[in-house]
Amino acid sequence: MSSVQLKMRAAERADLILRGASVLDPVAGIEGQHDVVVRSGQIAELTAPGAASADGLEEIDARALHAFPAFFDPHVHLRTPGQEHKEDIETGARSAASGGYCGVLAMANTEPPVSNPADVEALLADARRAAAVRVGFMATVTQGMQGRELTEMGALRDAGAVGFSDDGLPIRSARILRRALQYQRLCGGTIALHEEDPELSGAGVMHEGAVSAALGLDGIPSISESTMIARDAALAGYEAARIHVQHLSAAESVEAVRAARAAGAQITCEASPHHLCLSDEAVRSLDPHRFKMNPPLRAESDRQALIDGLRDGTIDCIATDHAPHAAEEKEVPFEQAAMGVTGLETAFAALHTDLILPGVLDLALVVERLSGGAEPFEVARPSLAPGSEANVALCDLAAQWTVGEEGYESRSSNSWCDGRTLTGRVQMTLAGGQVAYRLRSFSMGVAA
Amino acid sequence: MKHLLSIAELSKAEIETVLDRAESFAEVGRRDIKKVPTLRGRTVVSLFYEASTRTSSSFELAAKRLSADLVSVKAAGSSVDKGESLKDTVATLSAYEPAAIVLRHPYAGAAQLVAGWADAAVVNAGDGKHEHPSQALLDVYTLRRRLGSLEGKRIWIVGDVLHSRVARSNLIAFGAMGAELTVCGPPALIPRNLDQLGCAVTHSLDDLGEADVVYALRLQRERMKESFIPSIREYAAHFQIDSRRLSPRQLLMHPGPVNRGVELSGEVIDSPQSLIAEQVASGLVVRMAILYELLAAGEEEPTPAAGDGAARATPIGQPA
Repeated sequence: MSSVQLKMRAAERADLILRGASVLDPVAGIEGQHDVVVRSGQIAELTAPGAASADGLEEIDARALHAFPAFFDPHVHLRTPGQEHKEDIETGARSAASGGYCGVLAMANTEPPVSNPADVEALLADARRAAAVRVGFMATVTQGMQGRELTEMGALRDAGAVGFSDDGLPIRSARILRRALQYQRLCGGTIALHEEDPELSGAGVMHEGAVSAALGLDGIPSISESTMIARDAALAGYEAARIHVQHLSAAESVEAVRAARAAGAQITCEASPHHLCLSDEAVRSLDPHRFKMNPPLRAESDRQALIDGLRDGTIDCIATDHAPHAAEEKEVPFEQAAMGVTGLETAFAALHTDLILPGVLDLALVVERLSGGAEPFEVARPSLAPGSEANVALCDLAAQWTVGEEGYESRSSNSWCDGRTLTGRVQMTLAGGQVAYRLRSFSMGVAA
Repeated sequence: MKHLLSIAELSKAEIETVLDRAESFAEVGRRDIKKVPTLRGRTVVSLFYEASTRTSSSFELAAKRLSADLVSVKAAGSSVDKGESLKDTVATLSAYEPAAIVLRHPYAGAAQLVAGWADAAVVNAGDGKHEHPSQALLDVYTLRRRLGSLEGKRIWIVGDVLHSRVARSNLIAFGAMGAELTVCGPPALIPRNLDQLGCAVTHSLDDLGEADVVYALRLQRERMKESFIPSIREYAAHFQIDSRRLSPRQLLMHPGPVNRGVELSGEVIDSPQSLIAEQVASGLVVRMAILYELLAAGEEEPTPAAGDGAARATPIGQPA
């Protein structure tokens, strides 16, 4: 089948040395202080600190910094075409770069949805023109996300679609999803699923539980998600197809994935930083700007189940579901507000602050899962092993910063971390062998 | 008290302060001239995005009895009809420099948002299914007058709790005053995990006899269309409060408007144990007390500061 296509703007290849960085690449088995030598956009070698000869390369004092394989997010909304007032390819890619990402997959629920090969080609051309990191595009499973007819999945793949998703909406009809899974044998492409039973979700705006009872808000029950996962895992198993479950939020869902995998289904899944860090208690503030999204923030016991699922490998990767919205869509009462929060710029910092520093999760595990979203979509995993293309997130784990204080790279400001002070910050990102981002205040002084 | 957004923000002592103030306004209400000059020269905006009879009329009359200038805006027929956002409507009305905005809105948290945008004191006159704090205060006031204290009293709230802001505010308020609470209704109309709010939950009226007070909620007739209940008849068979189920020693309350023959039978509505008419009367004095506490309390000692003396609070004892 056609190889996966992700595109970015061509720029100067990086030539630099990260002097004395604490290098951590759990997949490549690299851990320790090294000079990371990047030549012509490739990891040329890792040497003992101070051992690499400067040789005309830019030298960056990274002795207080950590170098990780750059992150990969298989689930972002770049709002293009049709809602460029919220985000476009350029701002979304810049937002990703500032969060340490070297690549993202953009969802297809745009206006109109990405259902035609020409749309995919136009978007890839846009990415080649404007994206600071690699951007791949999903196409919809059904025409216009209407849930009735399949898209021309083969032609969409040929045009460069990475995979298929009606994200934003579930595929209501088991028959339609089954046909798509059958067609996958012909055209490849992982099918990513937003799992939700609209009948059970009804007019819900938050998790159904004690908090929704207290607030008088319509609840979205956990089983709205888990029953659909169980259904779709059964379909995937029956058709020997490959599915990826998006944004797991509930304990029942983790259990459903675990059971499906035990039964032999080819199923991968993701969880978002906001579901890993927050519970529905946050919604008591009735602040839709930071705390309204779908799936909703769930109970503390669900959050713990997600953390356990991440630890034991049930959850393959962390994905932000970066969902920019214009201010006027959020400056309304909770029930009326648009669903979604941005997350690319804060994913690592938030996980570091809320889960790594308190000792809940290991740094290595989080780093591994932050790029774990590449594999389910047949994208090469970023690596720091010599010979790899340079995809590096250079982070200061001690840096404290207040989110939003200096604005956002994203065009929208509906960050779930807005106003929070986080510990840990991306200082520089190499993506696709190019310097994609440097924190403005990050001194680029030559190492002593 | 800067705003009245949620009953949960008030301590028992603060609730009692409002109720005591309402008692003094009840005394004013027995005079020939029922008006006091307290809020003379100050503006109260009444902004209602939902239909209301009791709440809007009592807040508006309360403002007038306190001599405030009243601007009454109903969503129907206003620029809201033309698609103006809540934020822009509030900005527009704020140009009149109101001292208070009384807001009824179909969505939770609307009053809290407005409080963040406007300089005025904001009174939540009902936000979606969330809260209706002035109703809770008038209900506590009504019960306190009848029972003296709510401490240890058993109160049953019966009916469609899921869709009821009155139920939510009253659970908090009655609980704060020391009552023991039971909620009763069909399972689909009782929110999941409601017991975590500090009340017992039952789906049967069998033990209704233990209640000192029965607080019935309105059942909207459309609920059967969404399959919350199979039919009005089935609902009434299980949950209607009638003279067979209500003993003469029990008090009956309802926030209105009543669906006669649905949640309440006609004979209990008109019975002497029904406090429904008293609740309406309490609404006026309690809402006067709310406006007073928000706008005039703490200003009773005139200070020699500059400004229009007429706009200053006057103790309620003085005639207008």
